[in-house]
Amino acid sequence: MTAYTATVEVRLKHGVLDPEAETTARALERLGFELEDLRAADRYELDLDAGDADEARDRADEMAERLLANPTIHDYEVTVEER
Amino acid sequence: MTVSVIQFGGSNCDRDTVQALAHLGVDADLVWHEDGLPDDTTGVVVPGGFSYGDYLRAGAMAARSPIVDEVRAAAESGTPVLGICNGAQIGCESGLTPGAFTTNESARFQCEHVHCRVENADTPWTAAYDEGDVVELPIAHGEGRYEIDDDRLDELEADDRVLFRYCDANGTVSPTANPNGSKHSVAGVTGESDHVAVMMPHPERITLPDVGPTDGQGILRAFVDAADAIDA
Repeated sequence: MTAYTATVEVRLKHGVLDPEAETTARALERLGFELEDLRAADRYELDLDAGDADEARDRADEMAERLLANPTIHDYEVTVEER
Repeated sequence: MTVSVIQFGGSNCDRDTVQALAHLGVDADLVWHEDGLPDDTTGVVVPGGFSYGDYLRAGAMAARSPIVDEVRAAAESGTPVLGICNGAQIGCESGLTPGAFTTNESARFQCEHVHCRVENADTPWTAAYDEGDVVELPIAHGEGRYEIDDDRLDELEADDRVLFRYCDANGTVSPTANPNGSKHSVAGVTGESDHVAVMMPHPERITLPDVGPTDGQGILRAFVDAADAIDA
């Protein structure tokens, strides 16, 4: 078994309104910053032991599918690194 | 006929719901989620509140708790199930009903009375109304914006699964009468079968005559009708 950190990034699907991100962008503009757009995402770091990186990825994928992301509104991305 | 009103840590409309059902003559009990659904359950309400502190997403944690599997089984065997507000978020997170309720367009918590138009009067939840009727209902949510893929929404509309849409006092659906930016102003939908439904507005808060209007009674009357059907 090898120790991995699987990182799951969950973000709203393209085209789904994100009022919190819009509010944050407006607050940055009020502070004098210039920006075109702002996208927010949630990031989960999962420390786990697995036989290989593919197994670690599969497990993180399933966790994203079943809880961390809501497939109706979210896309997610999994990256795996040895820890 | 006992309606189980499920309490999670953070539920806060549970007792109001029991009181509203009792006013309509429906036997209703609070059920702590860890205790499981009682065997004599003949109806289920998943009430409003902030279960699990809205961790991760509103309703996400409660939707994956063991009692929801029991609710799913009860729903499949024909038991009426209504999710209100946080219960609606739980219903969608659990897949009992389609779509998702997410952050209001305003990015604010909104607590106000709204009008809703009855879109389909041919369900247990709307049988007391006629299609096109306008009812006044309270909302109180930060995450009530209905989201779903356009194709899926087309299917729901074609299958008459939209229960209510937000509208103005005259029944006109428009962006200005949409309090939270819900897609197509959807305020409530049914599951695969119409005895399962979720809605963001709170019928239990507009049922007791001593607190004001009683427009919500018709929705909760579904449980009265279910009891009558069992007795008959």
